[in-house]
Formats: sequence, structure tokens, C-alpha cells
Amino acid sequence: MSKHIVIDPITRIEGHLRIEATLDDTGKVTEAFSSATMFRGIEEILKGRDPRDAGLLTMRICGVCTGTHYQRSIEAVEHAFKVNIPKNARLVRNLVQGALYVHDHTVHFYHLHGLDWVDVTAILKADPKKAVEVAKQYSDNPWNSSEGVYRAVQDRVAKFVKQGRLGIFGNGYWGNKAYKLSPEESLVIVSHYLDALQEQRDMARMMAIFGGKMPHPQSFVVGGVTCVQDIENPARIAEFKAHLKRAREFVKRAYIPDVLLAGKVYASEALAGEGGGLGSYMSYGDFRLDDNDFYKSAKLFPSGVVLNKDLSKVLELDQTKITEDVTHSWYKGSEVLHPLKGKTEPEYTGFAKKENGVAYLDTKGKYSWIKAPTYADNRVEVGPLARMVVGYAKGDKRIKEYVDGTFAALSKIVGMQVPLTALFSTVGRTAARAIETSMMSDVMMDWVDELAKNTASGDLSTWTEFNFDTVAKDAEGWGMAEAPRGALGHWVKIKDGKIENYQCVVPSTWNAGPRDTKGRPGAYEASLVGVKLSNPEQPLEILKTIHSFDPCIACAVHIVDTKGKKLGEFRVDPLSRSC
Amino acid sequence: MFSTCSESAINTVFTAPSTVLTNRGEGYYRSLFEKCRNRLDVLKNESTSAYDFNLHETLELNDISRRDFLKWVSAATATLMLPAYFEPLVAEAAELMNRVPVIWIELQDCAGNSEALLRTASPTIDDLLFDIISLEYHETLMAAAGFQAEKQLEDGVNTFKGKYILFVEGSIPLAKNGIYGTIGAGGETFVEHLKRISNDAAAVIAVGACATFGGVPAAAPNPTGAVGVMDVVKGKPIINIPACPANPQNMIGVVLHFVLTGQIPELDHLYRPKFAFGYRIHDNCERRAHFDAGEFVEKWGDAGAKNNFCLYKMGCKGPMTFNNCSIIRYNEGANWPVGVGRGCIGCSEPDFWDKYAYERPMADAHIKAPTGGVEKTVDQFGMGLVTATAIGIGIHAFASATTGKKADEGDK
Repeated sequence: MSKHIVIDPITRIEGHLRIEATLDDTGKVTEAFSSATMFRGIEEILKGRDPRDAGLLTMRICGVCTGTHYQRSIEAVEHAFKVNIPKNARLVRNLVQGALYVHDHTVHFYHLHGLDWVDVTAILKADPKKAVEVAKQYSDNPWNSSEGVYRAVQDRVAKFVKQGRLGIFGNGYWGNKAYKLSPEESLVIVSHYLDALQEQRDMARMMAIFGGKMPHPQSFVVGGVTCVQDIENPARIAEFKAHLKRAREFVKRAYIPDVLLAGKVYASEALAGEGGGLGSYMSYGDFRLDDNDFYKSAKLFPSGVVLNKDLSKVLELDQTKITEDVTHSWYKGSEVLHPLKGKTEPEYTGFAKKENGVAYLDTKGKYSWIKAPTYADNRVEVGPLARMVVGYAKGDKRIKEYVDGTFAALSKIVGMQVPLTALFSTVGRTAARAIETSMMSDVMMDWVDELAKNTASGDLSTWTEFNFDTVAKDAEGWGMAEAPRGALGHWVKIKDGKIENYQCVVPSTWNAGPRDTKGRPGAYEASLVGVKLSNPEQPLEILKTIHSFDPCIACAVHIVDTKGKKLGEFRVDPLSRSC
Repeated sequence: MFSTCSESAINTVFTAPSTVLTNRGEGYYRSLFEKCRNRLDVLKNESTSAYDFNLHETLELNDISRRDFLKWVSAATATLMLPAYFEPLVAEAAELMNRVPVIWIELQDCAGNSEALLRTASPTIDDLLFDIISLEYHETLMAAAGFQAEKQLEDGVNTFKGKYILFVEGSIPLAKNGIYGTIGAGGETFVEHLKRISNDAAAVIAVGACATFGGVPAAAPNPTGAVGVMDVVKGKPIINIPACPANPQNMIGVVLHFVLTGQIPELDHLYRPKFAFGYRIHDNCERRAHFDAGEFVEKWGDAGAKNNFCLYKMGCKGPMTFNNCSIIRYNEGANWPVGVGRGCIGCSEPDFWDKYAYERPMADAHIKAPTGGVEKTVDQFGMGLVTATAIGIGIHAFASATTGKKADEGDK
């Protein structure tokens, strides 16, 4: 007998997500459906506004990957205005965005994803002395590791449990068989869960130093940045660097070792490719390494598309090949169109049925506020794994070095050569995010020194002047780059100083989208097929795979034209300025 | 019309006393002290408490020095604008805070306020979660999902009927019977959900721009019919903590005040606590002296910007905005929007996306009016939105020494 389960709300994510899955007799997922259950209509709100103000407003799409939409929007307008920003502005933006990666990925691993790997209650049985030995297996110099520290963590949790109410840990899937870490291994990671609560605050301070505040920084403007007083003062740059150094230490001595630990314990799942899903990956590329025009500059993450896990071939990105369809989305129409030509008229059809207080999605019909995007008629996955896969396949020296280094460390720990194909799994997705964080924390050290050197040489320019009335008469542009969660694009069309059309296609549209018109599943939906639940009442394995994408659903749901107006024709001309 | 205003009018606007009484006199504080004393005794003796827990013990256990705790207490006392002799009461209230259960729900939101809460430094977020409040439900942080999460919520509501504080993040879409947001296995709409969960709350705290006044979703033309909590919840004490996102210090301050006095803090006409929103940004701005001296940034990155001049001409809305960010700043005082050279966008004020959030002074804004139309000038937009303050500042800015260039790009 198959069983259909509903998980709503999916917690420890940004936004509102529902997953429905059908299980076979053995508890294995045979099909899954991803549905976003909230939308706001941000593009519609942008129409008619001044393009210089769009950045602040689009940033409110998401408070978790905060700042990323802000930068994309401003880059789209700069692209339209043909404005190139000064070196200081490029470095400040790289540092603020880099700090976001380090912060966001750390919070994701410990606070959003961690409880899928670790049974908090198990640590009460741990021997703190043994935990010290465990930590040493994954790092030569483990973070904040001593018998006393581990005992204090244990006591703290014990005290908490004794109160009778577990707060945010209440009613978790504690005791589930899919928790495979030993009590001591769990203790090490829970101790870092608490440490990370402290460290993330300082990581966020990095963003605030040059951004004004975090979440929702405020120092980027079309043409550059405004934080002159924060970059002209060497002590301020040093403050940033001090936070960065500490963040980097934490990443190298806690985050990476903990991911290696999880990789070892869950090696069989990784080798079996559990949670792998589509196997096709796309990156728009991001983080400029020189001061050339945005789409002509060298990038930390290269752009490209890898299909069907074939690392021997990388397709160059061509944005005209992006399409979206709404067959299974709560919008009218069924044509497959470029996103900017798509009609986005809401048509909410609701749930298929309600039984015993449980509503069920109309999976044969429309069931999500997210559209289904494709690249050259392929469903693709975006995010840290896609960036690492595309970079690796493209032969990017730096990315290869970090990926190979991590695999060598893991192979040594596991005692066998772990093949690169282990990346194509839930574990691999989580590992790729950690590898990327480690790389980012190193590269940022260079950027911060470059900024200090540049300002010390007397260059304090932060803004490129432009004549708004001229450039904003009739222009269009796009900001296509990488948010922490993957490929993010903003397109803007400007007429007489005002926004005529504005569109975003975001990472979670790619990953969380429903089936397309050909019935092919989106990345979440595909990744869940074959995932086996040890207890269907506790869908822990489903949460683990979904969380490995780091869902950000508010981002994905905002494309709407409530009045059903045909969106303006939007000519896309990607090849003239290749992305 | 500007010519009819004089220097003296400007002076009147900027020397008007703050709406906050920083000293209410000895009699007031004595009676408040008594009230707090009684309140704390009631809490302490509350037999129905689900807890048997002592913060003193926890503090020792976790090796947090008593001195750090007291430092935090005196900062918190100052934030709440109470005399120093309230410190022992505030300390006691902090120790009792775990008796006030908190339920936090997210509606049409971006999780920015949840993220802001994670940045709290005094107390730190782990102390907050483990030792100080009892966070019964918070989707971004909680372990449980799906049915288990819903059960956790039910359990919190039932166990603490009439006692929990409900934090709401995000606006509520009312258009088309609320279909723009559903939650839970049963597919409950956000508006139904909020009404149900707020029913048994002791007080409802709307946190962030969206939950208070509708925020981004409610910006013109408000495609989903989004509104704030106070337009949905009736017959309950409501506290608005606006800003995008709200400052975590103000969130903690409200909870602490509730524990201390059993009452919600004194509110202004927009239900904002006066201890946080009684200050005009402009009055406490670090760049205020430059405003008074007529020294302005005229364009991004110019000599004025390098000298930290006033940002009014670059669209700073500090003069129209009430919030304490010029005093407490963000991320443990790391910085704030004026410090970073951008200026204030008025994010703690209603409808700020349509009224304030642009990089030009009000009179030159290409702003989208709440009616959905796009207006260009003050004249077309109507004087309704422009306060006396704005006019006063406008003249002052124009009368001041300028470089002789256009005030900004939008200046026609």
C-alpha cells in the first residue's frame, strides 16, 4: 500500500514551503511535489518607480540572503546605464557579499540543517573525554574543544531538558534511526551549534561595517557605494579583517571538520547518490576579480551549465535558452516562454481535496506559486554544488584545489578513495557549500588587503558619476550573478527615468519549482525520489535532503502581474555581452 | 511658498522638545517601582508555571560572570528609560523572563526580523533561547516540521493560554479571501492562522515593517491586499516594533518591559513603544552639526561625503523618522545607515516605501503615490504628505551654502 504524506510547514528554511510525497511499502519515496504557499508581487510594486530605488526594495525579497538582491538589482541598473563602478566599490561589494556567504552558509549548516544530522538529546549519553578524541580525528586543532567545554554544553542541555519544555527543540524527531552519529560525535557538533550562534553575530558585523546594518544593508547605490568614512579609516578595515580572521578560523576548525565527520558517517548514502536528483547544474558566475565591465571580468565562480553529471563538457551560458512554464503553477496559460515574455496572471485553483483536516495538492493540476524554469529544455539545479561542479568541470584552478583537497581529506578519514561522484548527493550538496565557504573566507583576506592598499594609496573614489536624465531615457539591463543559494537574475527595462518592467528569476525558482509542462520534476522533487524513510511518521530524511538545498522560498515567489496585463515585450540580447 | 517660511519657523521645528519624557518626576517612578515590585512577586509565586528554574544557577553553571549580567542589566535599564535604582528589579525581571512563553509566527515575510533576532548581543541569542525566554514556536529555528510543528504550536497555545506573547513577522494578505498565503497541513490562510493563534495571546507584538504597517507587500499598488497585524487582530494589546528589520534591542526591550510591569510599554499613536520610537533620528544624528552648519553631501562620493557631511540632500529622511537607531545603531553598534553614508529611508514609518525610500529630498522625488500613480513634484503630489518639518528642512537646505551645482540628479 502506498502512502501519501504531507509536510507543511517545512521549518528551518526561509519562507513557506510544503512537500507532499508518496511512499511505497518500504517507506521509499516514489514521487514528490514541492509547493510554495505564499506570494507578494514585488515586481508589480516596482513598476513606475525610479530605478535607483529598486535595489532597496528588491532586497526585501529575502532577509536571509539579504543584500544579494540589492546588489543584483543595482548591477542590473548599472548594466542598463552602462556605468562601471570604481575599484573600491567593487571590493566593498565583494566583501559584503562574501561576508554574506560565510555568514549564511555557517548559519545554514548549524542552525537550519544541523538538526537533520544530529540528535540533540543523544549528547546526554556522551562521554566528554571521548568527544575530545573524536574532534581530533577531523582537525589538527579542533575549535573550542576540551573536556570542560563539552561537559558544560552537556550540562546546559541537560538543564534545559530538565525544565520540562524543550523550546525550539520540542517535538523534534529525536531517537529516529536515521540519526547515525555517535553521542560523542553529536556532542562535538552541538557544541559548535552553540559556538556558531556567537560567531554568526560577528560574521554579520562584517556586513554591517561596510553595509550599515545586517540584515538589509544600505550602502550600495547605482554607480558605487557610500561607505567612504568606513574605508578611509584603516582601523575600520582592520576591524573587518579581525572579524574575518576569526570567521575563517571557525570555518576551518569547526565547519569543515564537522562536514567531514558527517561525510564519513553518511558515506554510504553519499556513494549511493541518495538525494542527488537532477544531476544537471547551472551557474551564472560571480565575484569580479578585476575592474573590467561586469560581464567581461574574470570571476571567482565561472559561469556555465553541466548536464547529466558529465564533467567532461560545459555548455557556455546563453540566457535566451532560459524558459519558464506555468502548467503546474497558479498562473494562467500553458506556453513555455522566456521569463520576460511570460504572462503571469494569477489563477489560484486551491487544493484538490481536504480529508480529516488535511488538504492535498492538486498534483495533476496547478499546485505552487513558483513557476517551472528550464535551461535549453533541461531542468537544472543551482547553488553551491552547481558552482563547484561547473567550476571543476571548467578546470578552474582554485575551485579544483579546494574540492580535491576536501576529497583527499575525506578519503584519508574514510580509508578509501572517495570518488568525485559522491558530490551528486544530499551529503555532497552540503559538502560543496562548506568547501565554498572555506574558499570564500580565504579569498576575502586578499580582497580586504587589496582594499586597504588601494585606499592607502590615496584612491578614495567610491562612485561613478552619470547623467541620470540621459542614461535613464530608454535602457535595459540585467544583473545575473550568484546568490548564496545559486543563480540569481534581475532584469530591468527603464523608460523616461522610471521602471517599465522588472523581472527576477531566483535560485529557488530553479530548485523548488514544480513539474514542467512535460511532467518533469524540479530539483527538490527529483532529489526526493528514492529517499527512504525509516519512520514515515517522522520524515527526517526528506527534511535533510530538502534542507541540503537551503530553501529560500520568499525569493522564489514574487512574480505576478495581478491585473493580468501583458508584461512589456523584453528583448534579450545576451550574446553581445556574454555572461 | 517656501519664501513665506522664515528662519524662525525653521528654528521652531528643530528646537521643539522631543515627544519623550526622559524624566517624569520622583512620584511617577516611585509608584511604578511599587507596581513592578508587586508584578514580580506575582510572577515569582505563580503556581501554574511550567518551570522550576533559576537563572542564578544557570549563570554560574555556564560560567557567565555575574558582572557581565549586571552590565547588561544596567544597559537594559537605561534603554527602558528608568532610573538606576530600577536595576535590581530589571535583574529580577530578567531572571523571571523564562516564565513568559513566546510564540513567533511568520506570514508574508522575508525572515529579516528572525535574522535580526539572531544578532542580539545583550543578551546573546543562545542565552536568550536557553536561559531567558521560552521560545515555544519559531519556524526558522525549530527542530520539528510538518505535523510535529503544528502540534508544538497547539501545545504552546494550550499550555500557556492567555499568557504567551505572540510575535508576528510579516504582513497579512487579505485579497481574494487570503489565498496569497496558506500554512499547515490543513491549508489555513494566514489571516485565519493569525486570528486563531492571537486569540489566546496575552499581547501581540508586530515586529518589522510588514507586520506593523504592511511594509513591502503593501507598497503601491499592494497586489495582495496586504495589511499589518493591527488591521486584523482586535481586542488585544498590540505593540508595533517597526523598522526593516526591527532592531533586536527593541524586541528584547518590549519583552523585558512586559515581564517587569505586566503591562505593555507606553506607546505612541502608532502603537510604537516610546522608549524606542520617541526619538527623531535627526535629533540624535552624529551628522546633525553639519546640517546646522549647512554642510551637505551633494553627490555620492564627493568631498562632503568624505567629510561625513549631512545626507539630507541625498534623501536622508532622518528628520521625518522616529526610531532610536541614531542612538543604539545596529549589530552591536557596528554601524547604521547614516554612519555608512547612505542616510535614513524612514523604515519605521508607515508607508515609507511610497513616501520616503528614495535617494533624493522629498520635493524632488520620483515617487509612486499610494494611489498607484506616479508623481514628480511636491505640487503634483499634494501637500498632504509633506510635513512642516519637511518644508522647514527644504528651505534650510536650499538656503545653505552649496557648491552651486544641482542638488541632485532628480532636480529639474
